[in-house]
Amino acid sequence: MSHDPAYNFAYLDENTKRMIRRALLKAVAIPGHQVPFGAREMPLPYGWGTGGIQVTAAVLGPRDVLKVIDQGADDTTNAVSIRRFFNRVAGVGTTTRTAEATVIQTRHRIPEQALTEAQILVYQVPMPEPLFRLEPRLAETRRMHALADYGLMHVKLYEDIARHGHISTAYSYPVMVGGRYLMSPSPIPAFDNPKMHRMPALQLFGAGREKRIYAVPPYTEVRSLDFEDHPFRPHRADAHCALCGSRSSYLDEVVTDDRGGRMFVCSDTDYCETRQASRQEDAA
Amino acid sequence: MMRPGFTDPVLDAQSCFRAVLEAMSRPGRVQRLAAPLQPPAPLAPATAAVLLTLVDAETPLWLDAGDEAAEWVRFHCGCPIATTPAEAAFVLATGTPPDIAALPQGTDEAPEAGATLVWQAAALEAGQGWRLSGPGIEHEHRLRVGGAPEGFRAAWAAQRGRYPRGVDIILCAGEAIAALPRTTRIEEG
Repeated sequence: MSHDPAYNFAYLDENTKRMIRRALLKAVAIPGHQVPFGAREMPLPYGWGTGGIQVTAAVLGPRDVLKVIDQGADDTTNAVSIRRFFNRVAGVGTTTRTAEATVIQTRHRIPEQALTEAQILVYQVPMPEPLFRLEPRLAETRRMHALADYGLMHVKLYEDIARHGHISTAYSYPVMVGGRYLMSPSPIPAFDNPKMHRMPALQLFGAGREKRIYAVPPYTEVRSLDFEDHPFRPHRADAHCALCGSRSSYLDEVVTDDRGGRMFVCSDTDYCETRQASRQEDAA
Repeated sequence: MMRPGFTDPVLDAQSCFRAVLEAMSRPGRVQRLAAPLQPPAPLAPATAAVLLTLVDAETPLWLDAGDEAAEWVRFHCGCPIATTPAEAAFVLATGTPPDIAALPQGTDEAPEAGATLVWQAAALEAGQGWRLSGPGIEHEHRLRVGGAPEGFRAAWAAQRGRYPRGVDIILCAGEAIAALPRTTRIEEG
């Protein structure tokens, strides 16, 4: 497969790629630290994954196989259009199978299937600053990161417990990376946070509008913030998938009629389809 | 006559970057470069490829490799040549590397401004020598760096006290690449 010759390979010009690549290397060297970069305008609006796309474009080679998921699904608008974009401008092969992909760009989920050392996971990040709801001044949050002064976040979690009896953050649950930097895991469900801990795959994060890149190297400690007497507990709907029967995957609730009917299905479409197919084989 | 750079500047730079990214993500694992390059002496092919991949007009380079190599790098990368290592974003050492404490360390707020030392070593061998641990390493990686100067391990250990400020190292030898990000701990084998 070849790419559209009207564009440079993977869309970005080489100067931009070099700038992003230098930022990526520094991000890997300082796990969890947000490295500023000169995010470019991309042929889709901010909020549609421009940061993730720029990271993917800087990393991608012609032999890579790309998978793109949006909330776990391969077949949503965002995922389909990004896959087609890279198929056109880089000529790369694409897949929906987690195991076959070498680069996985994701919005708001980590695949259910454990990732390997041969894979890179690229997150689309809307807001890289974990402290932004507590401290709106970027100059101030930069200083807090410099001093590893994260008391404010602990106070916020404490107030959650005081008000609700438990920590009410269900997604974008803050993590400490390598025992040093407080990091936003992007708005993945807290259910996915434990998968980041000592993951064999390299994890890269791109925020286009906010112009930040950060990373978690393989086998790096990623701890969800908690308290001794209120340990971190990932939340999962107490149900099984209506399509594949999984009791361990992360579930989406789907409203099926206007009389209160609802069903739960896996958010990871590839995981669900693989399980359905193997069930059918067993039945046959 | 000026020797050529990458045959395919786009795809060769991509594959070299992936090797460097892999090296930086898994400190101590040695990556092999596929791009055939014949840079001027004393540059090794891996060293030349790393410079072509990462250095450009935005990154001042200091190097100890002599006029012919400097001319080649300036022509292909278009980078400014720094007069001292303290002013450089990339520092190329083909001989004894400079003291890492003398290189830019970045600040606590912007540790990414710490320099990258491209260190051309006599040899790189995985599986023996130093014991490495830290992010990117599951249990332990081992790496032998040929020609590492006497005080290097002490200087590297001293750098840990400055974290997150510090210097990251890309090691090159022949067509091999490895890396030591500032988070890696080194113990004698």
